[in-house]
This record gives sequence, structure tokens and C-alpha cells, in this order.
Amino acid sequence: MPKDHGIGASIKRREDVRFLTGAGNYTDDINIRCQAYVYFLRSDVAHGKLNKVDTSAASKMPGVVRIFTGADFAAVGGIPCGWQVTDRHGEPMKEPAHPVLAQGKVRHVGDPIAAVVADTLEQARDAAEAIELDIQELPAVVNMKAAVQSGSALVHDDIGTNLCYDWGFVEENKAAVDEAIKNAAHVTTLELVNNRLVANPMEPRVCVGDYSRATDDHTLYTTSQNPHVIRLLMGAFVLGIPEHKLRVVAPDVGGGFGTKIFHYAEEAFCTFAAKACNRPVKWTASRSEAFMSDAHGRDHVTKIELALDKDNNFTAIRTETYANMGAYLSTFAPSVPTWLHGTLMAGNYRTPLIYVNVKAVFTNTVPVDAYRGAGRPEATYQIERVVDKAARELGVDPIALRRQNFIKPDQYPYQTPVAVAYDTGNYDATMDKLIEIADLAGFEKRKKASAAKGLLRGLGVNCYIEACGIAPSNLVGQLGARAGLYESATVRVNATGGIVVMTGSHSHGQGHETAFPQVISEMLGIDESMIEIVHGDTSKVPMGMGTYGSRSLAVGGSAMVRATEKILRKAKKIAAHLMEASDGDIEVKDGRFHVAGTDKSVAWGDVTLAAYVPHNYPLEDIEPGLEETAFYDPSNFTYPAGAYACEVELDPETGRVTIERFAAADDFGNVVNPMIVAGQVHGGIAQGVGQALMEGAVYDDNGQLLTGSYMDYAMPRATDVPFYQVDHSCVTPCTHNPLGVKGCGEAGAIGSPPAVVNAVLDALNSGGIKIDHIDMPVSPSRVWAAIQKAKA
Amino acid sequence: MYNFDFVKPKTLAEAAAAMAGDEAQALGGGQTLIPSLKARLASPTTLVSLGGIKEMVGVCTGDDGSTCIGGATTHGAVAKDAAKLYPALAKLAAGIGDPAVRNRGTIGGSLANNDPAACYPSAALASGATIVTNTRKIAADDYFQGMFTTALDAGEIVTEVRFPVPEKAAYIKFEQPASRFALTGVFVAKYKDGVRVAVTGASEGGVFRWKEAEAALSKDFSAKALAGLSASADGMITDLHGTAAYRAHLVGVLTRRAVEAAA
Repeated sequence: MPKDHGIGASIKRREDVRFLTGAGNYTDDINIRCQAYVYFLRSDVAHGKLNKVDTSAASKMPGVVRIFTGADFAAVGGIPCGWQVTDRHGEPMKEPAHPVLAQGKVRHVGDPIAAVVADTLEQARDAAEAIELDIQELPAVVNMKAAVQSGSALVHDDIGTNLCYDWGFVEENKAAVDEAIKNAAHVTTLELVNNRLVANPMEPRVCVGDYSRATDDHTLYTTSQNPHVIRLLMGAFVLGIPEHKLRVVAPDVGGGFGTKIFHYAEEAFCTFAAKACNRPVKWTASRSEAFMSDAHGRDHVTKIELALDKDNNFTAIRTETYANMGAYLSTFAPSVPTWLHGTLMAGNYRTPLIYVNVKAVFTNTVPVDAYRGAGRPEATYQIERVVDKAARELGVDPIALRRQNFIKPDQYPYQTPVAVAYDTGNYDATMDKLIEIADLAGFEKRKKASAAKGLLRGLGVNCYIEACGIAPSNLVGQLGARAGLYESATVRVNATGGIVVMTGSHSHGQGHETAFPQVISEMLGIDESMIEIVHGDTSKVPMGMGTYGSRSLAVGGSAMVRATEKILRKAKKIAAHLMEASDGDIEVKDGRFHVAGTDKSVAWGDVTLAAYVPHNYPLEDIEPGLEETAFYDPSNFTYPAGAYACEVELDPETGRVTIERFAAADDFGNVVNPMIVAGQVHGGIAQGVGQALMEGAVYDDNGQLLTGSYMDYAMPRATDVPFYQVDHSCVTPCTHNPLGVKGCGEAGAIGSPPAVVNAVLDALNSGGIKIDHIDMPVSPSRVWAAIQKAKA
Repeated sequence: MYNFDFVKPKTLAEAAAAMAGDEAQALGGGQTLIPSLKARLASPTTLVSLGGIKEMVGVCTGDDGSTCIGGATTHGAVAKDAAKLYPALAKLAAGIGDPAVRNRGTIGGSLANNDPAACYPSAALASGATIVTNTRKIAADDYFQGMFTTALDAGEIVTEVRFPVPEKAAYIKFEQPASRFALTGVFVAKYKDGVRVAVTGASEGGVFRWKEAEAALSKDFSAKALAGLSASADGMITDLHGTAAYRAHLVGVLTRRAVEAAA
């Protein structure tokens, strides 16, 4: 009988009732009396000198409150970057200014030039059309490799280069890696592109700025994954508002996928303008604006070399990657191709020598930052593609080659050559489970059935590992993070026993409101319905670093556990007093406090009531009340890992690929709510399949975004993905957090793209069409073109 | 969107009168026009909704056996009501967009817009349909005049489309991955006096007839009759989703598959 409550129960998500019945409260649902609307006039050229922004006629248009330009923000800070990477030579990265509204130059299509605040949005748009612009168009910097050649146009003239940093990791290993590759029995080389993606959360970004003249308090309602981080970045670095005068609220948020982590100019603008206009100011992005102003993801161009000895043991990996930063440094952009990517290049394998070189490049495109997986999908894709190619070149079974090189269960903790140390794992176990749930034994039969229809069937298998539960503050501080990455939780027990948990982990689809109470229910033995989760409001939650990097349960959940442990300690003292026993003898079971070895007990509610009505209470020992706060700073990352298998059918006449089967065997450590975990994996795989087969943001040579709408940016739909076989029964609990959990939010998006591409190449090669690689998205036209080239 | 006046006439005569106004724009299901208005890419003075004109809605069989479809009939209604009369046409309608699009979009709107990747133009051209307007009847061969261009005069309204019903027919669409419009779509219709093959999505000139395939299939309506035939890539569209050569190749593949589906 599966559990129906507590840890391990597949409880239905309580938040879905409001989400699915139209009762959610999203930022766009928030409307404040006397609210005005802002429309951003955005650049339609990728790169240009702003000679003139004349708002005189527009300012006289009906309904206009005020029009702002870059000049209005001259005295205000720019949008800050939260991570400083140090390059190969020990120099800090180049960090150009990022003004709220463009000053002097526009640097990408969508760069905001002016902001019109008016009584209605249509009036603001009308006035924006009346703004006179004189932009002297400059050559657009689009191609990363050309951008770092001398003579290229410069995105930022003042820094004198388009190279943000040239990073080497581990620099001390470089010579040894070069030597190992020179002496290898076999070297497999692969050049590949990790395609630029647009996150496309269902809810576009929205913000509402509000200001109280009476109290000088600012409030920003915004679609954010981490309102406290926005409060810090915007308050301290942009607008100069101290935390106690600035409240940031991120209410229901309709999906983030990383792109709602970052502090955006529109947030600073609405906060600033609310005071300047003495009116609430609201902005709701159109989908078109989202395409040209939400931070994009991925966009790496990589060459990877894998060296093997004569027995097919991996001996070294060397990579060179160009990573697109876009026109400005988004909040965490510099960390993605470096510390979230280079440190994962060992993958699931015992490769002893690794050297990763990353050149981060400014271009006249939308800033690029973390997107579901952030750096780890790029690492996984390179490793798992090059291993597959090596297996084909060597004529060995790709699963056997992987197994041969796996880190083995008795080798943990395993120190990789790329800084991180894996605490636990069992990659053979997840591979065994995968082979079972994917029914690999039945593949050949299915392949014959496909062949009978004139279709090529292919099987792609890969492994992945990720570093989640981000992150130990002292470590990331050394690596350049300008923030700590702990989490906080306050557990407030009310007099009648109900509990409110104020957590810094923001929920925007992850199901925290359901899963977090399951943990407390397990600890206290009380029903989940007695526990409420509050998040997303800096005036309610003490502190929070937010939700990204699959960290909520591992870090935020751990903080909650620590706070609940404090509650338990105090509650036991109260119970001991009520029963005239020693607190060391108190046991908690089924929501009651028992004196061990006796039939004496008091109910949870008796204890909580005593805490707030302390008539019979150990006032000399402890304070009344029952509320505790804990901060949790992890001592290591967590390392979820697994094995994925994809089966495709490929129509050799049209190049069309369909995904017929997909299986995922994951080790997430302990699982709190298996249904929610399965849902996270499902969604992640859908996004990974989208990246592999369909999605791709494309700029032309002039820096125009060719995929600026759903007419050209292909999103996966329900019919594009199969029913999945997912399993997370292979558990090696995390050794360093109290729940033994690892995180599951990004795994699907990290593990699935190589499985899909490997499957496509297996279909082609096993069908007699020799092709080494096709870049994502593996669209029908690309497959067809590759087939024509192979046949030629 | 910019401000405009909105009228919803109840009769064709009222609609024609409203369309005579300066910068009046007919509104069918609005599946192209409304997004254009929202993006401020169109700025008509008056929108004349055709959705309230009862005589323009419905599917019936004409005296000559044609399947006749009112210009304001939605794709969803065609999918259902033409299923027995002209199954290939009904199937085409059932594959346009998604349920929301099919419940709003109309055949008249689609043909008047003549999007080069729309499905309906291929059915009309392959069927040798007659496009009936408030002023005249236009043969499909004369009606389609290039991308987003038709024989319609300003203010002219597509009131009905008459499709001669073929002995056999099929439409095969290869979807553009993002928009799900036809990257290339081929409609093959076999009549007693010959076969017509119309291609959408592929050409910079909009929907066109593949005459070589028609000639071959008119002699022998079978896939093997197409052996050795290939469409020229000249004038085909090259974009993010496929080159001219790819589209030309798809024309051949889809024509063969349409013949197989129709047989």
C-alpha cells in the first residue's frame, strides 16, 4: 500500500486547484488604484548610435504622464551582474555598463530606448510612435568567432574588445591534457552547437511598481523566481533603496525555467517611475517583447576531443567553447559557461585529465543566461555525444563503453579533476534500470516493424550527472559569486497547532505548497492540511535566495527541516513540563508527545496552546511562543544522475523524426512526492526534446531575430512527445543534507537532448547512411540535407 | 491596436455597402487579421464582420453536384458538414491549426488572405473550384495571383466556394515545425476528365498547379506514374525551415503520398 501522507506519498498538488480553476493571483492580476501603464520603445536595429531621442511631441499626446529616456537614469546605477569570473591570466572579466534605458547606443533588437508612462497602454503606445528617433546604424556583431577577431565592430566601445573573458579550467592541467591527447591510442573529435533557446514560460514577465508618499516605501510586484535577490540587486545596486524601504512580491508565477531569476531593467524602471510619477506603474510584456527581452539560454559553439587508451579507457578531455553573453551581462550569465559547465565535464566517468576553455563573447543579441539546467546540459550534451561518436568509431557498444568508464559505487566520495567531489551515486544501477524500463531487449523487433513501414528506427542512450542544490556559499564566493547561496525558513506554529512555513524558496510550478508540508507532516506526525507554505514576499519571508539550480528541497527544504527540529526541541520541553517528565524521555508519534515507556501523552495542540497561553509553562527556562527560523548553507552540491533512452522513427524521405519511446532512470536521492518528481521529469524531457528537435533562436547577419514569434520559433506540443517511462527507484541518498535529497527540476532537460540526437544518428547510421553529427534542432530539413550530403 | 469602427451586418447587401467605405476591411474569423491589428500592422477605419450574415454560412450540395460552402463557414463546420460530401476537403479543414482556430477561422477569410502556406488554396485550385463573390464568379485558376494576392477587387466579398467533387482526392500536409502551417502541402484530385495537383507552402508565387504531375497522373493515376518526375526548385521558398531544394523534394514526395492516400 503506497503511503498516503508524509514523505514518499504521491499527494495531488493543492496549488493546482487555484491554478486550474482560474483563481491564481499572478502579477498581471494585480491592479492598483490610479495605476498607469508603461510602454517601452525598443530598438529595432541590433547596433546603433543614438543620435537623437526627441520626446517633445510625444509628451503632449493624450494621456501621457511622463516619458523617460536614458538621460533620466544618468544618476542611477546600471543593472548589476551577480558573478565575476576570473580569466586564464588572473584578470577579472570585462564588465560593461548596463543602463536601465539605452544611453548613447543601442546594442540589441529589443534594447529599451524610452519608456512612455500613460493613463492607458494604448495611449502609451500611441505616444511611443510619436517619439522621434535618429539612430545611426552600426555593423552588427553576431558571429562569436568573428566577434573576437581584430577589426570587429565593438558592442561596447569602452572595453575595447568583445571578449568578456577567456577562461581555462583547470589551467594547471592544460599541459598534461595536451600531452595525454597527443599520446592517446584514439582521439574522437566533435564540433557542435548548443542551440540558443528562448525559455517561453506560459506567463510573460510583468511588473507593477508602487510607491507610498506617506511612508516613502517602495513595492515591486514582479514575475520573479527570487524576490529577495531582486530586492538586493535593485535596491542596493540600481536605485539605492535600502531593504527596509523596499518590498518585492512575486505572487503566483506562471513558470520561470531560469529566465525569471534575473533582475531586469523593466523592474527597476517601474519601481523608479512609480516614485517619479507618484503613481503605480505597470508593465506586461507582450509575447513579442518576451522574445526580445527575456534572457535567452545556451548558445555555445564547442569543439570537444576525447582521448582513449588502447583498452578504450577515457584518458583525457579537452574542449574549446565560445559562449554567447549577448549584448550585456545578465545577472548570472558569466557563471553558466564556467562554473556550471566546466565543473561537470567529468560526467559519470573516470576521465583523469580534463581541460575546458571558454571564451565568453559579447554580441548584438539579447543577453544569454541560465535556462533550465544552465551549463550542465551543455556539458552533458558534449560528453554524451562525443562518447557515442567514439563508440561508433571504435566499433564498440555505446552502453558498454560507458559502463567501462563509469565511476564505480565503491569510489565515492569521488574527487573529479574538475574541482567538484561527488558524494554518492550508482551509475550501473540506473543503467540497469533504464535497460529494463526502456525494454531495450525489444528494440530490434520494433526496429523491424519500423523498417516494414519504410522508416529508420534508432536508439539513443546516454547518462548525465548534474550539480544541484546550489550552493556552498564559501565555495561559490571563491569562484566569483557576489551572493551567498544558502536558504532560510521560518516555521511559525500557531496556538491551535496550525503551522505556517515562510520559505525563501519560490514556487512557480514546482509544487512546494504540497511537497514541503509532507516533510513537516513526516517530522511532526500531523496532517498536511495543518501546514501552509508562504513564499514570494520579502515582507513575510525573512530572507531567501530563491529557486533555481534544483535547489528548493535540498537547500530550502533543509532550512525548513532545521527550523522544524528547533520547534520540536522546544515543543518537547513544553510537553515534558506538561507531563512532569524529562524532555529526554519525550517521543513524538502520530501527532502526540509521549513519555517513553509510559501511557502518558499530550496532543500536539495541547503543547502549541501552552506555548501561547503559558499558564502552566516553564517560563523560567524558555520563552512563550513557538516560532523558529533557520538558515541552511549546504556543504556541497548534490549530484543527481541517471540514464536516459530515446527511440526515434526517422522518415528518410522527408527527414522527419518522431519520438516513439522515451525512458528515464534517475537517482534523485530520497523522493518526497513521487508524482511531483515524475511531473518535473516529464516537463524537463519535453523541454529537452524541444531543444533537440525543434527550438532554436536564430539571428540573421544584421542581428535581426528571425524567430521572434511562434510562427518561427518551434515549441514542442503534446503531440511531439510520447508517453514516458520514468523511474526514480535507484536511490543513493545525498550524504550531506538532512533529507538525503538531490533535486529533480532540471534533470529532464539536461539528460534528454543527447539521447534524442544519439537516437537520430543511430537511425541514420544503422540504416546505412553514414553521418557523424547533426546540430540541434534536428529539424526535418537539416536531417534531409545531411542525408543528401552523405549520399553525394 | 488602433481604433476602428466595427459593424456586423446581417445581410450581404449591408456588408457590401459597409465595405464601400474608405479603408474598410472585411473580418472573417480574424485568425490572421486580429493578430495583425494587435501588432499595429493593420489600421482599417472600419471592420466589417461577416459572421452575422446567415446566407454566407453552411455546407450544401449544388444543382451540379458541387459541394458549396458559404464564405463565412468555419473550418470546424466544414470538417464536420462536408465529411460525407467531399471527404478529402473535410479532412483538410480538420487539419488546419487547432480547435480554437478551426472554430473561428473561415474558408472565405482563408481564400481572401491567400497566405502562401495556407491549406485551403490548394483544395480550391486542385478542385477547380469557383469562388463566388458578391459581384461575380471567379474560376480558381484565375483567382490566385501570388502570395497574399487574389483577383478580388477592393471591397469584394467571398460569399461562397463551389467545389466540384472528384472521384478520388487527398491532401497531404508537411507541417512547418513552428507555425504548423504547410511547409509544403499537396492536394491531388482525380476527375473524370483529368487529374489536378495543387501545391501550397512551397512557392514564392503562392499556390500553384504542378502540371507535369497532372499530365502523368491523368494518364495513370498511380504512384508509379510519378517516377522520375521532380518539381523544379526555381521560385521555391527558402527560409529557416527549409531550402527551395527541400521544398521541391517534398512536392514530389507528398504528391506521391497523396496519390497513394487517394487511391
